[in-house]
Amino acid sequence: MFRIRNAAIGLTVALCAATPSFSNEIGNAAEGEKLWKECKSCHAVGKDAKNRVGPHLNGIFGRRAGAEEGFKYSKGLARMGKDGLVWEFDLLDRYIENPKAFASDTRMSYKGLKDEKKRADLLAFLRRYSDNPGDIPEAAPTAAGTDHSVDPDILAIQGDPEYGEYLSSECTSCHQLSGDNDGIPGIIGWPAEDFVIAMHAYKDKFRPHPVMQMMAGRLSNDEIAALAAYFEVAE
Amino acid sequence: MKLNRRLFMGGAAAGAAATTLSAPMVHAAGHGKPKVVVIGGGAGGATAARYIAKDSKGEIEVTLVEPTRSYYTCFFSNLYMAGFTELGSIAHSYGKLASEYGINVVHDWAIDINREARTVSLAGGAMLNYDRLVLSPGIDFVDGAVEGWDISHQNAMPHAYKAGSQSELLKAQVEAMPEGGTFAMVAPPNPFRCPPGPYERISMIAHILKEKNPTAKIIIADPKEKFSKMALFQDGWSRHYDGMIDWIGGDFGGGNVSVNPHDMTVTIDGEENKVDVCNVIPAMKAGKICDMAGITEGNWAPVNPHTMQSRVDENIHVLGDASSQGDMPKSGFSANSQAKVAAMAVRSALTGSKLFPAKFTNTCWSLIDTNDGVKVGASYEATDEKIAKVDGFISKVGEDAELRQATYEESVGWYAGITSDMFG
Repeated sequence: MFRIRNAAIGLTVALCAATPSFSNEIGNAAEGEKLWKECKSCHAVGKDAKNRVGPHLNGIFGRRAGAEEGFKYSKGLARMGKDGLVWEFDLLDRYIENPKAFASDTRMSYKGLKDEKKRADLLAFLRRYSDNPGDIPEAAPTAAGTDHSVDPDILAIQGDPEYGEYLSSECTSCHQLSGDNDGIPGIIGWPAEDFVIAMHAYKDKFRPHPVMQMMAGRLSNDEIAALAAYFEVAE
Repeated sequence: MKLNRRLFMGGAAAGAAATTLSAPMVHAAGHGKPKVVVIGGGAGGATAARYIAKDSKGEIEVTLVEPTRSYYTCFFSNLYMAGFTELGSIAHSYGKLASEYGINVVHDWAIDINREARTVSLAGGAMLNYDRLVLSPGIDFVDGAVEGWDISHQNAMPHAYKAGSQSELLKAQVEAMPEGGTFAMVAPPNPFRCPPGPYERISMIAHILKEKNPTAKIIIADPKEKFSKMALFQDGWSRHYDGMIDWIGGDFGGGNVSVNPHDMTVTIDGEENKVDVCNVIPAMKAGKICDMAGITEGNWAPVNPHTMQSRVDENIHVLGDASSQGDMPKSGFSANSQAKVAAMAVRSALTGSKLFPAKFTNTCWSLIDTNDGVKVGASYEATDEKIAKVDGFISKVGEDAELRQATYEESVGWYAGITSDMFG
């Protein structure tokens, strides 16, 4: 029932979106850009934006759910896409409001944004990267998935996935093997670079979580690289 | 691994010939596959069985001996009592360990271990051979630890320190307390399973009483002068349950206790109290099978911190509550962490797989009231002497409500994580 209803709305909104004036009426994109700061540790938009912890969001309006090539979606989102769900304003709005209510197995570690106006502003900002590919600014990507700078030599370490698999057993006491995000974020399938950056942010006590500071604090650079190599390909 | 053998024979009969059939016969004629028997299907044993089976990719036969078909986790059983989770949500079956990991799950009691012959006898009459034995039996109670109480009184005065029917019983008794009645807890001396457990339980019982029976009282007779997360619990109790809880510590005679299950009285330091519900949590020791195996020293089974091997018998690994290892608390998280180190050591010994340095972790979350979660945790390493604490953290008094809620939500995520790590 849930899925059918979404698919129906998707169709309606897809028709509305064909009218050119629609994008200007969503919300205040400048305000939305401020809100985007919270999203950009995982998502990128703009020129050269790539999939990071989350998929890049260029062209998200009108994109089929769970369909960005090379990104590992939760089964639920992938299935919604196969069932015909296409991201448009109303659906994105509902998703951002409460991601887990929309797709219970989503890997997006985000609680949701309750304020309707803020959601509209954020979507107005995102919409800039979707109107048509020509509108994507020639600036550097607004986010490289980084909220912490890591020495390029550390980023360049090639991890040993076999060692990573052994080390990962410490992670899976808390992080679910299914990749589900349920109070504790899923970490299955993260791009290695993002994984390394996040772990070093904990190791350097830049990110605040005490358990993760402790876990990362005693991992060597090689061990972090090994874990990153393992989780990138883990399914 | 009878299952695989049968499947294989079936396949051979259906089609192919003697060449394929000969492979297992060679095994059988020689030593066969190495055999591991795991006794106890909790956080230590289930995890060890799963990791050995998963990572040896069929090279090791794993048998898991666990009497119960439905396992109730002790962790989150306090939350069940206060209605934060259902009993069904803390129950787990061993179906996946059998079907997805090929583990031979035997629902029976291990009643004897012959270390010389390397055999385990089961109550049902069967005998199992092992190359390595993993013991993860959890705890039993020390006889005579609380004057006036023994296991035959567990209906009148439940311990509820092994989850399941005992948890249901204690919950029902608390809910049936008369208005303004008294709940008493006899808390255990160190060391015991789940150091914050009794105090999280007090919080959860206070939560029920505050809603249903707000004039009721709680008394705790405790032989200890301090306990895990003490400042956090006491702060929480005064914020949420002001005036309801009376904790009598060791320095005020809390250890001088006797109970009378017939009259429902608890005598603390000479003063008799008539109570309506009494939760007796006696002193603990390693599960009895460790004594039977002759690997205990005092109440617990000492282990080599690098591999969790018994100090007495290197063919036996002891996990979790039953082991005496050093600085780690007796918790499900600790047992799960130790199981992975033991699984790696067992595989290395039996199949020559790589042995990496042992690392251990523990985190214990406790719920004080709705959305008011706290945690304590540490990381550990193996030294020759003991499992030694490296680093740790604890929640702070005065944290904001948002952080406390996030901590609680994290514990819910952890529950999902560790139970899938245990049972697949």
